[in-house]
Amino acid sequence: MDIKLSEDQLEIAKHARRFCENESSIEYVRSMFEDERGFTDEVWGKMADMGWMGMRLPEDYGGLGLGLMDLAVVLEEMGRGVAPGPFFSTVLLAGETLMQAAGEEQKSGYLPGIASGEIKGTLALHEPDSGADPGYIQMEAAEDRGGYLLNGTKIAVPDAHVADFLICAARTRKGRRPDRGVTLFLLDARTPGLTIHLLPTMDGTRKLCAVEFQQVRLGPDAIVGEVHKGWKPLLRALQVAQVGLCAECVGGAQRTMEIATEYARVRIQFDQPIGAFQAVKHRCAQMYVEAESARSVLYWAAWAQDHGSPGEAAMAASVAKVYCSEAYRNCATSAIQVLGGTGFSWEHDIHFYLKRAKANETALGDATYHREQVVRLLEGEAKRKRGKKRS
Amino acid sequence: MDYRLDRRQEAFRKEFVSWLEKNLPADFDPSRYRNYHTAEDWGRAYRDFQKRLFQAGYAAMHYPKEYGGQGKTLMEEVIVMQVLASTCMELRGPGMIMHGMAAPTILHCGNEEQKRKYLPGIIDGTHIWCQGFSEPNAGSDVANVSTRAVRKDGHYVVNGQKVWTSVAHMSDYCILLVRTDPNVAKHKGLSYLLLDMKLPGVEVRPTRQITGGSEFNELFLDDVRVPVEMRVGEEGQGWMIAITTLMFERVIGDAVMGAAYEKNMDRMVHMAGETKRAGRPVIEDPIFRQQLAQGYIEVMALKYHGLRNLSTQLQGGIPGPEGSIGKLLWSEPNQRICENGMAMQGPFSQVLSGSPWSIQDGFWQYGFLRSRGNTIEAGTSEVQRNIIGERCLHLPKDSSRAARRIQGGKGDGHQAE
Repeated sequence: MDIKLSEDQLEIAKHARRFCENESSIEYVRSMFEDERGFTDEVWGKMADMGWMGMRLPEDYGGLGLGLMDLAVVLEEMGRGVAPGPFFSTVLLAGETLMQAAGEEQKSGYLPGIASGEIKGTLALHEPDSGADPGYIQMEAAEDRGGYLLNGTKIAVPDAHVADFLICAARTRKGRRPDRGVTLFLLDARTPGLTIHLLPTMDGTRKLCAVEFQQVRLGPDAIVGEVHKGWKPLLRALQVAQVGLCAECVGGAQRTMEIATEYARVRIQFDQPIGAFQAVKHRCAQMYVEAESARSVLYWAAWAQDHGSPGEAAMAASVAKVYCSEAYRNCATSAIQVLGGTGFSWEHDIHFYLKRAKANETALGDATYHREQVVRLLEGEAKRKRGKKRS
Repeated sequence: MDYRLDRRQEAFRKEFVSWLEKNLPADFDPSRYRNYHTAEDWGRAYRDFQKRLFQAGYAAMHYPKEYGGQGKTLMEEVIVMQVLASTCMELRGPGMIMHGMAAPTILHCGNEEQKRKYLPGIIDGTHIWCQGFSEPNAGSDVANVSTRAVRKDGHYVVNGQKVWTSVAHMSDYCILLVRTDPNVAKHKGLSYLLLDMKLPGVEVRPTRQITGGSEFNELFLDDVRVPVEMRVGEEGQGWMIAITTLMFERVIGDAVMGAAYEKNMDRMVHMAGETKRAGRPVIEDPIFRQQLAQGYIEVMALKYHGLRNLSTQLQGGIPGPEGSIGKLLWSEPNQRICENGMAMQGPFSQVLSGSPWSIQDGFWQYGFLRSRGNTIEAGTSEVQRNIIGERCLHLPKDSSRAARRIQGGKGDGHQAE
């Protein structure tokens, strides 16, 4: 047992912190927040130069072949700096889904471009009727003259407005269960019949779009992985992406806790620093408890994706998604309370954190969805144990 | 980063699990939350079982051999403690405070003679020790202890009263925090004594607590003559010794709680499948499902936070005030979990142990009441958050408290504020 970051990981974290302070600075966040595109090519290019896009991709595809823990270290710093841009959608949604599902041709066609920062992608998953359940996929991909015809709407698609390609989960066979009849398609963002609308969303650091499919015609070569069997690899990719979000959440929780406590040390009211009042002190202490324990859960979940059994990986990803996203939300809202009127202003940076916290909370399955996954896994485990005893 | 036990540790764990299967006491039924209903039975069961652990080489894994330990690492000790916590927590009960506080204090701060004299008896199950810290006017403000110890003819003559002295009614010795100097600041006038409970003038009166049972006692000390050799550390070091030794064993405590609560969640999943609400198993109710999951999630946070701290300590890290996080991570969730466990039972939630109608032998009813103490004992949640706020986050002390301390200096302290 050895539960701490390695020397290399600490070094990666140091560089990432420096990058997010200097290149993707909070001033950059502020200017991109209301910018329609949401990032500049300059900063995106510098991020690619750091090797971040390909950290988890194999060296054969221009990546660094590192683990999720290494990427989580970077994501924690990006969360700490609420870094804007299509990193998450390109690397953790599109890139990871390709890694889990795609065949050799698509991998070698797209992954090197992701690793170098030349192309951006995203995942079109949620639908208007899915709510927070990423497994509710009903959009139709009807067989048509040797190919497929896609019709329907995907919502909350991150950064689709700047993506070069999309991966879309659609139904090739009717039914409710995602593990039967869902197929993944890879398509160019300029495919005829595709309309992308940028939504006016709360979190300006990660733009969301509605994507309409009207008679979008795709050939069989657009299929990622196997027909009807898209959910299993997609679920693995989503688990990895969830843990990525958790890393952002931990970085954000840590930073909001620091902002609040720094302020509580110097802000004088009633002739003493407000941090001396237990009502404020205990609020700060609780933020520390949640940020630190969320980090402990994150490390387990990141480790489990690369080294645990599939059951442990799934459990850890759901546990972490609930725990880390709620910790971040609690820290961000608490920080605003500690900051008082200052925290309610647009001028202070804290609102970027609150908005990202809320966006992360609902992304890739909210806490209600993931608690349900936890119970299902526990029930499965209980059944297995009973079975074992009987036999 | 690696969460797995190495091959040797895993083999050790398996070996201990199979030893335990064959060596649980005949009168212990793991499906009951309580097997021993009198102090005598409980104390005897603890001592017999501890002796068995010792004889098989599983007691005090991380203590040096010359004091009765096994000379292994903290990891082996945690493995043993986790297995015990998820199998037979009740059998550990009377020894918890002793192994967590008395033994490490003697090991880290005691002199050679004290170590040789007292540690073997703790480890082989001969003795039970209790903790005499809290007093009527020294609750959260433990340093306000006013039990007086006056040095005379090679002895301390001790007078005063302790409260919430756990398992004193079955103890042979007590770790006692006393005031040896009333003329210095309150944290500086304390000393740490080892008290033989058989000495004249020691009187124990069980306290009946909210659960109806009596784990705790009042301890009255009337001209008790404690030999000076029974003092740990120097005179005036009592406070430092009390708080620093607490931190060393905290990782074991957190690991034990994590394992015990993981077991409780198993129990809850089982109950939710068997217990009905409107004719259907409770586990089909979406709100109870959510509560069940939330409980499990919080237990995982405790478990993995505990493992992270343990790993740091195994690699030579010194435990600090951040240990307060663990206390909050087990005490507060346990209250919510036990309350949910009761809620799943509907009207049966009022039925205690001892009836064919009891659900899971009244475990959740007992747990609900017992867990009210979790956020009070071993430093209240409020004290933990003060420690975190002031020592981890460097927030200033409350000005009224800070002012009192400055004005206080000499003479402040032992009187109740």
